[in-house]
Amino acid sequence: MSQQKKISYKELFLNGIVKENTIFKLALSLCPAIAVTSSLRNGFLMGVAVMFVQVMVNITISLMRSFIHPRIRLPIFMLVISGWVTITDMSMAAFAPDAYKQMGLYIQLIVAFASILARAEMFASKNNVMPSMFDGLGMGIGFMFALTVISFFRELLGKGALWGVSILNAKPLLIMVLPAGGFFAVGILMALFNWIDKRYISSTTTHH
Amino acid sequence: MKMDFTKLFELIIAASIINNFVFTRFLGLCIFFGVSKRMETAVGMSITFTSVMMVSASVSWFVFNYLMIPLDITFLKIIIFIGIVAALVQASDTIMRKVAPDLYYKLGIYLALISTNCIILAVPLINAGEHYSFLESIAFGFGSGIGFALALIIMASIREKLELADVPAPFRGMPIAFVVTGLIALAFTGFSGLITI
Repeated sequence: MSQQKKISYKELFLNGIVKENTIFKLALSLCPAIAVTSSLRNGFLMGVAVMFVQVMVNITISLMRSFIHPRIRLPIFMLVISGWVTITDMSMAAFAPDAYKQMGLYIQLIVAFASILARAEMFASKNNVMPSMFDGLGMGIGFMFALTVISFFRELLGKGALWGVSILNAKPLLIMVLPAGGFFAVGILMALFNWIDKRYISSTTTHH
Repeated sequence: MKMDFTKLFELIIAASIINNFVFTRFLGLCIFFGVSKRMETAVGMSITFTSVMMVSASVSWFVFNYLMIPLDITFLKIIIFIGIVAALVQASDTIMRKVAPDLYYKLGIYLALISTNCIILAVPLINAGEHYSFLESIAFGFGSGIGFALALIIMASIREKLELADVPAPFRGMPIAFVVTGLIALAFTGFSGLITI
């Protein structure tokens, strides 16, 4: 991303959702994208958790950036991230115990997300609080969007239900909620994203 | 004693095949898709991963049981485990460079990638969550490492062939790798129920 030209908040925001969508475009942080997306509710909650951590980490690091010596910046970033992940983990365990039972491990593993560390290093450590917050928000919403889309299709096809409410009377495709179905869903959605990008988006705007 | 060995063996089989990290727990996917393009890197990565996992499982077991439980700070386990893993990776990097430079030139590059990998962090977290004994923790680390190696090597050998295949344009690269992984995962679901722990 070029730092020289002034970027508007809207562009920052959209960058994370479309151009650098963590899952469909960068193929990072894939573990939870498959692990928790067998139901829409879990996928959505995971997305919210990641968004929260990303925004808070970006804000904290952007506020601290003048005090951090460049040589020890990575350990400090890791500390900040794991602090916020611990907070998310504990609040999740307190307020959504049912969901936490199924996805607790993956919440804890948000700490190892390459994308969160990458945004802290590439963006928040060089920019002011407001742009960092919008960058985090865009990235987080992009991630949430991807998880919601994947889990929407998986729950609809695999259980014939949405958010736990069954809406299809047809016999569901069991494979979609199995582990294998997660890989298929992500693979096919990625291909779809590539196709849409090539066909409609890349022809009008140039990729940086 | 015999009972113990059966339990350990079951744990290794369960961790490596039935609950394979990649295919049923979906951990370490970034590395899995990143380095499975060539057989040679896949083998190097597997060796490094398995050894680091076993060492980090044992070190964090001691820290968890003799430091964190007595001091009642288990809620800090994410921060502490990630610190242990990072310190361990740094240490093995330095030791390997001094003691076995040949090996370092072959595997050193993978070590750098490990420190913030979810699969390495997951082993101590699961061990702590399941309250495994010391030997069980090591067996779990070893089994997980073998399972990851198995996944990487299967995938690398398929992807080497896939280079020559005529794949539809939108599916090229990542998407087809996902579909292939899905097919392997489907095969791995056949193992479920082999051993119940």
